[in-house]
Amino acid sequence: MSVLVDNFDVFAGGLWVTLQLCVFAAIGALLIGTLVAVLRISPVPPLQWIGTAYVTVFRNCPLTIVLFFSAFVLPALGSNADFLRIPGLSSISTRLGNELPYFRFVIIALSLYTAAFVCEAIRSGINAVSPGQAEAARAIGLTFTQNLRLVVLPQAWKSAIVPLGSVIIAMIKNSALAGFFGVVGDLTSSGTNLTSQGGEAIIPVFVGISLGFLLLTVPLGLLLDRVERRRAVGVR
Amino acid sequence: MNQQQSVLYDNPGPRARRLTLIGSVIAVIGVVAFAYFLVYRPLDESGQFTMEKWGPLVDPDNEVFSLVWARIRDGFVATLTAAGLAIVGSLVVGLALAVLRVQLKALRERRFVGLPAPAALGLRVLSWLLNTITRFCVEVFRGLPVVITIFFVATALPDLGVDLGDRLWYLVIGLTIYNSVVIGEIMRSGMEGLPGGQREAALACGLSSFQITRMILLPQALRIMLPALISQLVVVLKDTSLGFIIGYEEVLRVSAFLIGNLENPIQVYAVVGAIYILLNYLLSKLAEYVQRRLARGRKTKGLPPIAVMTPARAGADGSGAA
Repeated sequence: MSVLVDNFDVFAGGLWVTLQLCVFAAIGALLIGTLVAVLRISPVPPLQWIGTAYVTVFRNCPLTIVLFFSAFVLPALGSNADFLRIPGLSSISTRLGNELPYFRFVIIALSLYTAAFVCEAIRSGINAVSPGQAEAARAIGLTFTQNLRLVVLPQAWKSAIVPLGSVIIAMIKNSALAGFFGVVGDLTSSGTNLTSQGGEAIIPVFVGISLGFLLLTVPLGLLLDRVERRRAVGVR
Repeated sequence: MNQQQSVLYDNPGPRARRLTLIGSVIAVIGVVAFAYFLVYRPLDESGQFTMEKWGPLVDPDNEVFSLVWARIRDGFVATLTAAGLAIVGSLVVGLALAVLRVQLKALRERRFVGLPAPAALGLRVLSWLLNTITRFCVEVFRGLPVVITIFFVATALPDLGVDLGDRLWYLVIGLTIYNSVVIGEIMRSGMEGLPGGQREAALACGLSSFQITRMILLPQALRIMLPALISQLVVVLKDTSLGFIIGYEEVLRVSAFLIGNLENPIQVYAVVGAIYILLNYLLSKLAEYVQRRLARGRKTKGLPPIAVMTPARAGADGSGAA
């Protein structure tokens, strides 16, 4: 187990990169997912189709293929995902400034993939709002946007937060794939480097990687359980 | 969809219908323009639509067409083999785990009256210990990325001197570890979400705790949780794509090989992705169908809200991984 102590900085650095990856991808996924959810509930049929097609495609496609696609199609489209190199951000997070584009490709793929699940979580939240609420809002003469903004969405948000949380947990776990796709320095790649190049024993290194991911996922899961239980009490 | 619309909007009048039509036209034009200028044109300019790249995949007269498709078919057969084995394995282990955890919980509530005090204390400590251990294992394996589990199984087992020969088994074991825990939790929450009267009635009939689980709780929970279970199967099927990381010859590894020779990554992945999407889409349609059948068959007499809510929480919302 001395491997863990000796290489503490390696694991800590890996955790830091993975955390950055997760934060950026979560922001992206929440934005895109909300947009897709809006498309799916909009009154315009073609927009609904786009939303449905998006969710169907990304929910049924393995993340690995989405990752390959973002790494092959984006360069073919003439983009190196440079639009993610936002000046302010790259000064805060050193990784974004790095020349290798894989970090940005993985963020894009993770965001796109997770967005489909975010959309479904938000939609299930909207479905959970009792119809009477929206009908009452319409009856007192609120317009569609007012209805959404003042009545439906606040309640939908409340019941969507637990599924959204599990989506984000799943995304954190999925980010483990990044290391196998050329992202240097994240938890997976720095851990596996220790065994393949550093010649360290496998099991302690894996314990380290696992601890890193558990550190990210378990507290979130406990928090969600708590939110869920509190709400269950509150409803009664 | 319709039900949702009726909640959010009134029935459209002439003006709303006109607006919707205008919006639709604008949306279609926008999508077509987006697809043409931002996707089709750049791809065309970089030569992604030439027959040289697509030929091996779509043109039956191409000299490598049948070879390519034979490889892809083999790859999918390998993928489905791994998925099938992993599904059977995780269902069996998951059910056993759920039963075990429910039993342990029942055991924890017993006070072992009638046994001498030290023996009773020992048994209670033992049941507490077993309960904690299983809980810990569930939390750990559920919180670990499935890639890490698979990679760990594939590198650590040979290191420990367990050589399974075929890489298939490492993939199956890794997937089973992760998914059995998830399925176990789905089943457990299904059993715990059942109305308490079911258990009490069975107790009053004189059934033992194990009989109650086997004859009363499990069948009902299976039925309630069937849609969640099927969507978990979609997750298993998607996760088999991780096999390429440990060198299992499934469809992605085959694709990588094809791409090495044909140099058309976008095309090959598009085809493979489309097949994956089709397979999983059919599976999730099956889940929807089953759900509808069940909803019709049983006039939901106040199904406990927990039982309906928990599948999402248990990770069946497609979380899984890849």
